[in-house]
Amino acid sequence: MAAKPTTQDSFLSRLLHNQILIPLAALLLLAVFNLIADPSFFKISLGHNSNGDPVLSGYLITIIDYGSELAILAIGMTLVTAASGGQDISVGATIAISGSVLLRVLCGTDTRPEVLHSPIIVAFLVSLLAAMLCGAFNGALVAFFKIQPMVATLILFTAGRSIAAWVNNNELPMITEARFSYFGGYIPGIPIPTPFFIAILVFIATWALLKFTNLGLYVQSVGINEKTARLNGLNPEIIKLGTYVLLGVCVAVAGLIKVSRLSTINYSVIAKDIEMDAILAVALGGNALSGGKFNMSTSVLGAYVIQFLTTTLYKFDVQSDALSAYKAVVVIILVVISAPTVREKTSAFFRKLRTPDGAAKRG
Amino acid sequence: MSAPKTTGGFANRIKRMTDTNLLMSITIIVFILMYLCAVLFLREGFLKPQTLFNIMNANAALIILSCGMTLVMITGGIDISVGGVTALVSMCCAVYLDYHGGNVVVSMLIALGIGLAFGLVQGFLVAYLEIQPFIVTLAGMFFARGMTTIVNTNPFNVVNQSFVDLKETRITIPFLGSVNKKGVYVNAYIEIGVVVALLVVAVLFFTLKWTKTGRNFYAVGGNRQSALMLGINVKKTVFLSHLICGLLAGVGGFVYFMHVGSGSASHASGAEMNAIASSIIGGTMLTGGVGNIIGTLFGAMSLALIQNIVSSVGLDQAWWTGITIAGMLCLFLVIQSVIIAQRRKTGSKE
Repeated sequence: MAAKPTTQDSFLSRLLHNQILIPLAALLLLAVFNLIADPSFFKISLGHNSNGDPVLSGYLITIIDYGSELAILAIGMTLVTAASGGQDISVGATIAISGSVLLRVLCGTDTRPEVLHSPIIVAFLVSLLAAMLCGAFNGALVAFFKIQPMVATLILFTAGRSIAAWVNNNELPMITEARFSYFGGYIPGIPIPTPFFIAILVFIATWALLKFTNLGLYVQSVGINEKTARLNGLNPEIIKLGTYVLLGVCVAVAGLIKVSRLSTINYSVIAKDIEMDAILAVALGGNALSGGKFNMSTSVLGAYVIQFLTTTLYKFDVQSDALSAYKAVVVIILVVISAPTVREKTSAFFRKLRTPDGAAKRG
Repeated sequence: MSAPKTTGGFANRIKRMTDTNLLMSITIIVFILMYLCAVLFLREGFLKPQTLFNIMNANAALIILSCGMTLVMITGGIDISVGGVTALVSMCCAVYLDYHGGNVVVSMLIALGIGLAFGLVQGFLVAYLEIQPFIVTLAGMFFARGMTTIVNTNPFNVVNQSFVDLKETRITIPFLGSVNKKGVYVNAYIEIGVVVALLVVAVLFFTLKWTKTGRNFYAVGGNRQSALMLGINVKKTVFLSHLICGLLAGVGGFVYFMHVGSGSASHASGAEMNAIASSIIGGTMLTGGVGNIIGTLFGAMSLALIQNIVSSVGLDQAWWTGITIAGMLCLFLVIQSVIIAQRRKTGSKE
């Protein structure tokens, strides 16, 4: 009799630990692999960029630099996943749209402006609006028309890059202003890449929003059981729509970083396949892809782990186009491990192993 | 697009129609209207039967892919790996034919084998491990695209003689030819791919309509729980739908390869999207249990036709195609959602 609470307790604690365990284990595995293959992977050196400002460089810095927009997307994707039980696969295309709008406002009709047409903050707000509109479009299809999230977002997934090209008449505006490159590069005097700070900022803002309003709880309850949530006085449609709009905000921030890195845009290549990485980050963070309970910080950790994987693969001269094949294998392994039927089978298997063992000890 | 309420008899007949037939009729009517408009406003091209045949030639692969997609969607799943599989098939066949001097029959077997392999693995993961089909096939799509690049990076044209002969084979259709600018009578023709596509449509149509397995697909998609209660092997049915879809992706890949005659990593980009769009426009419901292969055929043709119209109107910049397809898909999704909701509401009142 007394054994019952303890098993429940250990099960609970195991569940609690489980979620952060997956990304941590993956991180550890990758780190050990790199340590054995080439310890210089972890070297960080302080150098100077072309402007003479101090910058840190090294593979680890690359990871926290390029993993940041992924982390930002993962934050929004976690919420969308939790509320609607599906994923938004249009984030890459929406980044293209918001980036294109950003450049359009900054440059006007001139493709190589000497001075910017409008302040960066105004351009960012306009692109934010565009991305939120895209999010609202997706959210409306999902919430009000009850279309599966992945199919609803398939619409923007195809049309998004076309719309992005159309916004700028298929021209590729170039920005020479140095201030604009701070967002995706370094602020003079600070040797740590700016995207990392932006990611931390977004994370804290979202965390505060979820903590101090009841949004986090509402999102969870809608994801767990929509009908019950409605009976408890929540409006599931509005909450779902809200998560998609929030993802739109994340997309706009990620778009700003992406465009700022290059000071220009390439409609068909920018943020390509990032939707896959974002979904992978959520899955790696131990969140159920079918909605319900979620943990934002493990998703963020998952995002950096994926960037770790990407950087490792690049280091071993894997072609960028072939990357997706390796990542697909990782996804399949992950989802197979986390599939309920597989978990049941394995736990049953372990129980079978343990029983004769325990019996022997007792005897 | 409100429900027609012209006469009592007509309205009643519509009410009595099954969801499948209603959605399919809408598609066929839309297709015919679009073609009539095209003939009226853009006369020259669209009056010739050959224009229709050209659309079919260019979209035979799409029709085959959409048929597989419809089957999976009727069962309540989705498969977005078909475009990637198509690219992988054409690249593998191209490399085999040109770099290893292979023969055409073996390359067909390779195509079928690749399709079957994808169908088997994805079907197993979806049906027996109960993983969301979207995640599995999304991974499948990325895997196929990545593998295509690993097999060969650069696009190239196939010069293998027996393959080129097969590719150039035309089937002439009597009496439907037209007189060209020089005043010479030219026979209308279709490619082999179209015959394959129509064959696939016919076989699947009969299977879905009149065999036990075919009806099982509808039962499982309509309500999994009741299907289980009726003694249908749900897992096997889901597995079978993904298997057939994978196999058809292999067939479609080879038909695509026969049409373009080259291997490239960027082939069939967005084909999965077009296939899903064709199925949805053809009246297949995403929720499963509703759908028809003939509707899918018309859906694919409508999609191809609207692209054709858009480019002949003069909006031939690349982005218009993407935007029109997405717009059309969005429209049909919303129509479906609204019509079905409406019917459920009135149905429950009666």
